[in-house]
Amino acid sequence: MTDAAAQALPGQQPAYPALRSAISHSVLMAVSFVMLYPILWMLAGSLRPADDLFGGNTSLIPSQVTIEAYKDGWFGLQISFGKFFVNSLIIATLATIGNVLAASLAAFAFTRLKFRGRAIWFALMLGTLMLPYHVTLIPQYVLFLKLGWVNTWLPLIVPKYFAVDAFFIFLMVQFFRGIPRELDEAAMMDGCSPWRIYTRIMLPLSLPVLATAAIFSFIWTWEDFFGPLIYISDTGLYTVQLALRSFIDSSGSTNWNALFAMSVLSLIPIFLIFLFFQRLLIEGIATTGMKR
Amino acid sequence: MTMETATNGWEEGRRPPSRFAEGLRRNLPGYLFLSPWLIGFFCLTLGPALGSLYLSFTDYDLLSAPRFAGVSNYVHMATADPNFGAAMKVTFLYVALSVPLKLAFALAVAMMLNRGMRGLPVYRAIFYLPSLLGASVAIAVLWRQLFAADGLVNDLLWVFGIEGPSWISNPNYSLYTLVILSVWQFGSPMIIFLAGLRQIPADMYEAASIDGASKRRQFVKITLPLLTPVIFFNLVIQTIDAFKAFTPAFIVSGGSGGPINSTLFYTLYLYQEAFGYFRMGYASALAWVLVAIIAGFTALSFLSTKYWVHYDD
Repeated sequence: MTDAAAQALPGQQPAYPALRSAISHSVLMAVSFVMLYPILWMLAGSLRPADDLFGGNTSLIPSQVTIEAYKDGWFGLQISFGKFFVNSLIIATLATIGNVLAASLAAFAFTRLKFRGRAIWFALMLGTLMLPYHVTLIPQYVLFLKLGWVNTWLPLIVPKYFAVDAFFIFLMVQFFRGIPRELDEAAMMDGCSPWRIYTRIMLPLSLPVLATAAIFSFIWTWEDFFGPLIYISDTGLYTVQLALRSFIDSSGSTNWNALFAMSVLSLIPIFLIFLFFQRLLIEGIATTGMKR
Repeated sequence: MTMETATNGWEEGRRPPSRFAEGLRRNLPGYLFLSPWLIGFFCLTLGPALGSLYLSFTDYDLLSAPRFAGVSNYVHMATADPNFGAAMKVTFLYVALSVPLKLAFALAVAMMLNRGMRGLPVYRAIFYLPSLLGASVAIAVLWRQLFAADGLVNDLLWVFGIEGPSWISNPNYSLYTLVILSVWQFGSPMIIFLAGLRQIPADMYEAASIDGASKRRQFVKITLPLLTPVIFFNLVIQTIDAFKAFTPAFIVSGGSGGPINSTLFYTLYLYQEAFGYFRMGYASALAWVLVAIIAGFTALSFLSTKYWVHYDD
């Protein structure tokens, strides 16, 4: 997006371009500062000594830097936070694989294969895009209860292998439609099976959208609070989000900087993904314009 | 693809196949690829949706079989449940405040950035970050502390000699802290607005300024009308999301929706009924009312498009 300047709207030549630009930059910098201030304040708070957190501490620079809060927080519950991070990582990774796999299979069928009823299934898939999950929540819970899956990770992972989140199918359908049909039609003429076309042509050509889907899927599963809240009760199976919540209850208002420290840690994976894959995330939103 | 039989890739049969075999040959690959989704659709979406519709007409506590109760859940909701009324009021207020504010902010910042600002990628990244982090428990924890009696906001106010209340535990203010949290996450609609603004042909503005149209007039006559499809899209998506908001209210209120139901989001109330009191029938009815509200809103939005949304063709 370095060509932003080139895309400036002609006909908008202000009288004092430099002054105007300076004003715009000041406003945007002020907004940026206000936006980031809370996050930086949390980071600063997590690095302060326990008795230094509140009461006139608006500055972003701690008077004294200590990682005491991180040590306190890490062992704040009976089980160390390391365990919760591993749990979250496993769940988010398995869920992400499921989402990408199942959604790409369905999107391939919808865009490249002909079969009776395709239009109807596609319409039904689009219909589920806006369906609030609350409406399937209770029977799903009953189903997983009957299967003996409550208080395991299975309800958080297995549905993703059945492409339950139609958003990812939609995302991939949009991308697959942009891949020239001549490629796979030629392959079909040569006698390639649909499976080979899917694995050898479509998937390799779709790496950007697969990556975008994987990133969103990972972040959303990592941040998911509601699913673990209703399905997981065993502390040893907690995700990071659930552990944070339980940490609020156990530490009350006494140990806020330890809570801040663990909160900061919980955001680090998302922040890293953001740093490295920002372009994919922003393009993903701009092109499909869905969700967060 | 017009030549179905020749291009679907299955080997040509040696003898003329029966109609059944022919149908299978043609349709099988598609259905095989679709099968994970189909199973999910029937077992995890359609089936459960119909199941919860049925449960909404029963009393069900998970332990004994559901007992048919007619429309009593819906009647109770409409006539005898003050918490339902509170949840509706809180949720509608939240949607009505947070969505327009968020979109207005997103559009304003997108317009500024679209003027060909140097450093656009940096600003865009900074503004987008809260949208990405916002759904997590950590940010809800942070919000709870920002607006606490001894939190950052009051510390800042104190500098100006103002003694602020405990925003979170005051029912007059608690909901507004969550509205601010939502507006703080204006980044993702902003990115969609930016993409929309890029689509507006520059020569339109050129022509307008040659004709002597002022900036304000250009905004009203060119930018806004051409952006209406994007505004519409953002409005629908953000409204649905706002109706479904859960985590911030849960964390900020400690799961209670308090103080005095002031943050009792609809989904939080549904959660309490289902997993706090195990009134699964009633919670199912709540879920279907939510679907009706969202569907009604979406339908109204689509119907309204012909009065204000401008499509090119």
